[in-house]
Amino acid sequence: MVEVKLWSGLRPLADNRDVVCVEARTIREMLRKLEERYPGLAQPIHDQVAVAVNGVIYRDDWSQELPDGADVMLMRRIAGG
Amino acid sequence: MSFDAAYQSKAYNSVGTRPLRPDGVDKVTGRARYGADYDMPGQLVARVLRSPHAHARIRGIDTTKAEAVKGVKAVITAADLPDLSDGDAGIYATLDNCMAREKAMYDGHAVAAIAAIDEKTAKAALKLIEVDYEILPHVVDVDAAIATGAPVLNNAIFTTGIQPAPSAPSNVSNRAELGHGDVDAGFAQADVIIERSYKTEQSHQGYIEPHACVASCNADGTADLWVCTQGHFVYRESCANLLGLDISKLRVTSSEIGGGFGGKTHVWAEPLALALSRKANRPVKLVMSREEVFRASGPTSATSIDVKIGATKAGKIAAASATLRYSCGPYPGSWAETGAMTAFACYDLENVKTIGLEVIVNRPKVAAYRAPSAPMAAFAVESAIDELAHEIGMDAVDFRIKNAASEGTRSSYGPVYGPIGIGPTLEAAKTHPHMSAPLGKNQGRGMACGFWFNFGGETCTDLNINADGTVTLAVGTVDVGGSRASLSLITAEELGVAYDDIKVVVADTATLGFNEMTHGSRGTFSTSLAAISAARNAIESMRQRAAIMWDIPVEDVYWENGHACAAGSKHGNRSPLSIQEIAAASSKTGGPIAGHSEMVADGAGVSFATHICDIEVDPDTGSSRVVRYTVIQDAGKAVHPAYVEGQYQGGAAQGIGWALNEEYIYGEDGRLQNPGFLDYRIPVCSDLPMIDTQILEIPNPNHPYGVRGVGETSIVPPLAAIANAVSNAVGVRMAHIPISPPRILEALHDAKG
Repeated sequence: MVEVKLWSGLRPLADNRDVVCVEARTIREMLRKLEERYPGLAQPIHDQVAVAVNGVIYRDDWSQELPDGADVMLMRRIAGG
Repeated sequence: MSFDAAYQSKAYNSVGTRPLRPDGVDKVTGRARYGADYDMPGQLVARVLRSPHAHARIRGIDTTKAEAVKGVKAVITAADLPDLSDGDAGIYATLDNCMAREKAMYDGHAVAAIAAIDEKTAKAALKLIEVDYEILPHVVDVDAAIATGAPVLNNAIFTTGIQPAPSAPSNVSNRAELGHGDVDAGFAQADVIIERSYKTEQSHQGYIEPHACVASCNADGTADLWVCTQGHFVYRESCANLLGLDISKLRVTSSEIGGGFGGKTHVWAEPLALALSRKANRPVKLVMSREEVFRASGPTSATSIDVKIGATKAGKIAAASATLRYSCGPYPGSWAETGAMTAFACYDLENVKTIGLEVIVNRPKVAAYRAPSAPMAAFAVESAIDELAHEIGMDAVDFRIKNAASEGTRSSYGPVYGPIGIGPTLEAAKTHPHMSAPLGKNQGRGMACGFWFNFGGETCTDLNINADGTVTLAVGTVDVGGSRASLSLITAEELGVAYDDIKVVVADTATLGFNEMTHGSRGTFSTSLAAISAARNAIESMRQRAAIMWDIPVEDVYWENGHACAAGSKHGNRSPLSIQEIAAASSKTGGPIAGHSEMVADGAGVSFATHICDIEVDPDTGSSRVVRYTVIQDAGKAVHPAYVEGQYQGGAAQGIGWALNEEYIYGEDGRLQNPGFLDYRIPVCSDLPMIDTQILEIPNPNHPYGVRGVGETSIVPPLAAIANAVSNAVGVRMAHIPISPPRILEALHDAKG
């Protein structure tokens, strides 16, 4: 079970929760299950989300495994210069 | 990731050395080809008509007279760029920004464009286009735009991020809130609280090369685009989306780039060149003038920021909060949210809260500028931190050390940090000779810290072993800061060959898989991961070829120092085979030898820096001069230290210009008053001292060599470091960037009462 923290912009799309618990082994599985539970998250997950796992930010590598007890957060995907 | 990218400490032969950059000679002899240095047979020249109004409804455009001019081959308006966005707000905003549809949203917004046989004809015809404008109320200031009574600029924008959802449109497109803990409880425990408001004015990246491209749409539906860009694959997708082209039929080649800094991550005029070419059925060259660059491309946000920080007398920050308002131009962005994420990222805070408000104004669409949004947030926070340290009687560096984030700290933007470099940069600053050097009359010293995330992203490379054993590496990330040198070094290290034997080329979009842009300090980080993977694939192939040549099992062949070696007592007496020998025999051992790699090169390491600045202020004129400047930054691993130092110095130079002079100045009519380098003053060499650098190397655990990315963080601390230095020099807190001579004089005048 992974505790996924949501950035404030996602919370209204997830019953105003700031943390959601998901049974998932990878980022991809975690995002899929979040979408299934909260369909409103589908669009931001598609193009606005980056995932921080134990402090490392993954923008596209959704095959990353989620270690037990990992610190996981959905962040806004931002631009660089 | 197709290989184990974990950091491994080892000694290097190539990485960490300082050879000449492979593109250097061409650049200093004028042979390098930039955006405007390319021509196609029969090409036309394009010019763009731009709105003189900050906000105006376009009631009609009559192009009849312009079309009748001899030599004019095509005239386009928004009608020639139908909306193909299919409900995608981002694509629609890009389309509208490239060519105004219903309203001109800022001074300089494109409303029509012409392709003609020469520039003179195009310019003359431009004057004959008649645009019927209905001038609308405008607002350009970030605070004025959210004040009561401000004109609402887009009735379709309702503030997101607040509940319940508002029923009225607003110039605030989004509200974001971040943080953790209880700031009210934290402030209640504080002995000293600093609360202050800050402003920063809009600045431009100031790249020396204006946007330029040559476009050619062919009758068979294919098209070519030669363009100055930070990401030709992304430009290809944007242009294909806007013009309804198949991605495979649009081939984009990136030129050399005379600076980008984020400003060349968006399409601006390139879709217009393609649309003109499609209509004229001839190639079209479009080069923006400097005035157009200022009026219609890439500035960063203007900001207004409120900061409140409280600390105990013992020097521990008890709580910190900030509200950040960032201008976005006419279209929603996430610039304030990015500022809010970075604002307190340097510190270990129990109670922290940041709010970001995205503000719509009648200014050009904001683009990324080197660690976008972070410098302004750092200016406000680091100014308040300095003031707080002073109030509680602590040294500014010691106060920061006491509160610095470290491995295991929950960052103010959410995630928990791995190994990071903020503490070491501060410790290095504390012991740096600069910090203890004496100051002269009217001089002040300031220091400040900065943070940036760094990114990875989709990356694809091809590595070819040529018949003579030299190596060609084709990459899809544009070289904006010396990455061909760093990638050559890493490839040489992996293969065990000389730096000069590697030739890195930036391939066009038809010859490689998709590559994310060069942004987020990802050029060397991401592409080196792909290059390492490709090199290891090539080594695997060369082991197999050596096994064939020796007629022994491949398991008995290992790779060492650029040679295939036979292992074990059975084969130990064989002389190692060099790459040259293996390559020379390749036609008889299976054909060409290559290594390919495609991957999502994620796992970039966050980056921190500490800067120290001495400044001298003339109290009679308000003129200031930076007399000494030092950059200390964690690189993870400096692959080519000279170019890492160059990135540190370049970021500092841009930050110094922004801090002291650079500013978009608008008139009451909402028109930009200073769209040129005479009136928008960037620092030149004679304005700057030698910028000293100190590279720290705290390895990124997610890269075999520990690389983090170095391109952006160096612009984050300068605004604050200079503000702190000037404030210390004149004894008045400077809270408005740029700290230009009139602002210094005004502050001194106000202080005298």
